[in-house]
Amino acid sequence: MSKEYPDDLKYTKEHEWARIDGNRATIGITAFAVEQLGDITQVELPKEGEKMRAGEPFGTVESVKAVSDLFAPLTGTVVKVNDPLSDSPEYVNDDCYDEGWMVQIELSNPAEVQALLSAEQYAEFLKEQEQA
Amino acid sequence: MSTQNRSYHRYLPHTDADVARMLEVIGVPSVQALFAELIPPPIQLKRPLDLPPALDEAALLEHLSELAQQNQTVGRTTFLGAGVHPHTIQSAVDMLLMRSELYTAYTPYQPEISQGTLQIVFEYQTMVAELFGLGLANASMYDGSTAAAEAVLMARRLSGRKRALASLGLHPEYRQVVSTYLHGLDAELESVPLTADGRTDLAALAERLGNDVGSVVVQVPNFFGVIEDVRAVAQAAHAAGALAIAVVAEPLALGLLAPPGALGADIAVGEGIGLAIPPSLGGPGLGLFAARDQPDFRKALPGRLVGETVDKQGRRGYVLTLATREQHIRRERATSNICTNTGLVATAFTIHMSMLGRRGFRELAHLCYAKGQYARDAVCALPGFEPRFSGPSFAEFAVRVPGGDADRVARRALERGVLAGVACGRWEAAYKDTLLINPSEAHRKADLDRLAVTLAEVAR
Amino acid sequence: MSSRPIETSGPLHHDPPIFELGAPGRSGASLPALDVPARDPRLALPAHLVRAQDPGLPEVSEVEATRHYTRLSRFNYGIDIGLYPLGSCTMKYNPKINERAARLPGFAALHPATPESHLQGALALMYALERALCEITGLTRATLQPAAGAHGELAGLMMIRAWHRERGRRPHKVLIPDSAHGTNPASSTLNGFTTLALPTGPRGTLEVDAVRAACAAARDDVAGIMITNPSTLGLFEEKIDEIAAVVHAAGGLVYMDGANLNALLGRFRPGDHGVDCLHINLHKTFTTPHGGGGPGAGPVAVGKVLEPFLPVPLIERTQSGYRLDSDRPHTIGRVRAFLGNFGMHVRAYTYLRDMGAAGLARASELAVLNANYIRAQLTPVYGLPFDRPCMHEVVLSDRKLERETGVKTLDVAKRLMDYGFHPPTIYFPLPQVLGGAGALMIEPTETETPETLDQFCAAMSAIWREAHETPELVKGAPHETPLARLDETRAARKPKLRWTPGKE
Repeated sequence: MSKEYPDDLKYTKEHEWARIDGNRATIGITAFAVEQLGDITQVELPKEGEKMRAGEPFGTVESVKAVSDLFAPLTGTVVKVNDPLSDSPEYVNDDCYDEGWMVQIELSNPAEVQALLSAEQYAEFLKEQEQA
Repeated sequence: MSTQNRSYHRYLPHTDADVARMLEVIGVPSVQALFAELIPPPIQLKRPLDLPPALDEAALLEHLSELAQQNQTVGRTTFLGAGVHPHTIQSAVDMLLMRSELYTAYTPYQPEISQGTLQIVFEYQTMVAELFGLGLANASMYDGSTAAAEAVLMARRLSGRKRALASLGLHPEYRQVVSTYLHGLDAELESVPLTADGRTDLAALAERLGNDVGSVVVQVPNFFGVIEDVRAVAQAAHAAGALAIAVVAEPLALGLLAPPGALGADIAVGEGIGLAIPPSLGGPGLGLFAARDQPDFRKALPGRLVGETVDKQGRRGYVLTLATREQHIRRERATSNICTNTGLVATAFTIHMSMLGRRGFRELAHLCYAKGQYARDAVCALPGFEPRFSGPSFAEFAVRVPGGDADRVARRALERGVLAGVACGRWEAAYKDTLLINPSEAHRKADLDRLAVTLAEVAR
Repeated sequence: MSSRPIETSGPLHHDPPIFELGAPGRSGASLPALDVPARDPRLALPAHLVRAQDPGLPEVSEVEATRHYTRLSRFNYGIDIGLYPLGSCTMKYNPKINERAARLPGFAALHPATPESHLQGALALMYALERALCEITGLTRATLQPAAGAHGELAGLMMIRAWHRERGRRPHKVLIPDSAHGTNPASSTLNGFTTLALPTGPRGTLEVDAVRAACAAARDDVAGIMITNPSTLGLFEEKIDEIAAVVHAAGGLVYMDGANLNALLGRFRPGDHGVDCLHINLHKTFTTPHGGGGPGAGPVAVGKVLEPFLPVPLIERTQSGYRLDSDRPHTIGRVRAFLGNFGMHVRAYTYLRDMGAAGLARASELAVLNANYIRAQLTPVYGLPFDRPCMHEVVLSDRKLERETGVKTLDVAKRLMDYGFHPPTIYFPLPQVLGGAGALMIEPTETETPETLDQFCAAMSAIWREAHETPELVKGAPHETPLARLDETRAARKPKLRWTPGKE
């Protein structure tokens, strides 16, 4: 199992992560989100070519008795989708930072990356939440 | 005899001593005082409800029997169909329904103590899928009419298109129900006329189709008993990018007719009451619902689903599944608002279909077909009677009566003890001359002959 | 075909799907002989319209089918076995006379196309049921057509929508408390409405100010409110008059979800307090059986303002008898073919006549007494989210238990099965309302003896102790049921929704 919140990723308060690579970002959900959701039974993702806007829902994840929206950390156009998730949603449970990635987007506004949290900031945020 | 002078009631176990002890545990002096804390006394009702007096067992049964006897029921001289097609249900079915583990259970939310209900629904889903020739069936809807409405809504979700077309061969009350549902969404159900043979007019259908039509609904056999060519309708729908919905109000016909799924229907619904329980004034019914088995259809499907799984020790078992489509989880974004369905009628259907089985189902369908053709030939041979439509029928058929007043003919036949059929003018003036006659296996040759003789006499 | 393995497991705990029983060519049908000439459908129909292959139905004798379904019934829990305290489901005793009544040939064998003149007994019964429901709810007319509670909601909201249209308005917003049943928002969507969630107040009930604020936020766009009273938290909405006044002033109407009407009989009539429209679950308050998921019946009662919009047909009493009236120009139309779930109407009417006014009022009192008796015994153990007397059901929170032991609501529910009880309701919107805690919604109903409630409370207390002493025992429950905990994740990830031939 990878580190709980890898340093090379950026995070959101909605528990998504983004791996920035030049003008592209790969997006998934964090280990915290996975733990909250439990066994994931279905992942619904946008199609290649669709646009997503930072802060807005771009898909859903389902467990047996809940449906949760996925919120886009960044604005961009979907260039790749992790298609195997439609048949094997368990990849998200097994390895949320690697095999369980969700979409890759071409960034429309790379400056948005500045607004995301670092691993340290995200861990701090989770601690605050727990105490609240 | 009124029971109101008694201080106890058979369903209410509490003695005065029980109540006193419980009040003490709760820490209130009286039931009145407890309620005073709950419902502000100023808004409490200050008088007894004005209801008819309570009756004891014997008096109640007598009262109910008197009401029941004021009704004329289905028998061998009854030929009513029009959406409810009664068949003989074997005694074992009702005996098993009386198992209180089945009828006093709730929705099977706790699978470990609901395997009976869950496995029965799993078997039911399998049978419905087999009948319709489609891969996927849900755990039931309220009845055929609401199943048809849900099918149209499902097609809207899948296609993203707002218009819906229905053949005039669809049961008039089904059309009304679908229209009512669509009104809620500011949409209309548009009609497609029938041709002289009683089938959906394909040319008129083609004219109405367009890239904004989400579904085309066709009933088979249709309301007038005519066997529609579902394949032709489905092909037309598909060519325009719409879904084809088949409605089967008499599913016994599927013992003889090609299943709608094999003819291209994307969704098929039906009314299962006649193969499950007595007609009971048409309710409860049994909304059969099946669809093509593909991921987007699974997501758009209304109603509950049971799926197979294993328990912690690897033993086969069943659970409610794919529930994230449903109202208790997805709330305003649910595929439907349905919660309670018709589980016990589905149970009756499953048991009855098991007993009929592969052979019995086919043989029963052929029996009813033969009786229907015999009766149709006999009635249409009478002076002045003719087929309302020339197309082929299964068991039920429509005739045009001499004089053009089917209601009058039906009333006069009833005076002679024969419920000869349903006069269609009650739904539409255009069908004032049309009598819908529904023979079944329950009618012997002598009964069919008596029907013909009676009609000949009363039409004179 | 597979035969059952030989094993010494005692009474059977499983039976294969019926498709795996029997033998090719076997049938349990009893059909009459053909006494008219046989007809070949291939002569009348094109080949593609004739069925080429029989549907894959079972091939068993009547005996095999009877045994199979009798066995399956034994794997179920029903009210006749024991306490079934599902919150908001009102699982009270289903009287046996109801079943006998519905099976009287004059009711059961009645065809919906029978002429009115020959349906008079059925129409009289339905009319009497309508009148009784109106008297109980304080409303003026009712339709018996809706087939279930959610179907009633749909019909009720359609009438509210039609009422607005009639007045030239098209409001879009329906106010719904966050503790409401999921059918409320789902029914709203089916009418093109959007929902505004109302927060539960600090005492567990709705605050008038919250309703006022929501109405103000929605401006002129309020279609109405859907209020459940008593609420799903088992609490009476005592500000109902003021809430209704606020909604009416905002131009909306008041819909009440009558799922919990069992607590109010003879003591509170919603129609007297601003409610315009209400559905009644005959399968809850009026003892028609749940049948493992239905059928139910959801009549909708309305006040004067909504009468013109009721679904057709309505039953009218005339000098010469009862008749069906479909000539109602403002009607929303039909919501179901025929006249609704008549079989359920017979059962509910039978129950009403069995109880009478005094019996019904007594039933409500005892339902509330029973719930409070459980509350008094279990509050010291589990703790209450809102510590005040309850109506027909009591809601316990698992917050304390989970913090102390890691045992969750679901585990408690499963362990209760080992003690011979059906668990209370555990899944509902309430976790959000209760700030993430799990909820146990317990509705004992009036037909349970105090002895049964004592046993139930003892089991709940024993589970509390077990959770502290041997938590794994509770987390692994149930242990005494035909099957252990089932893998719901697997069922959802790799759906198998029908039986297919061949060994897996």
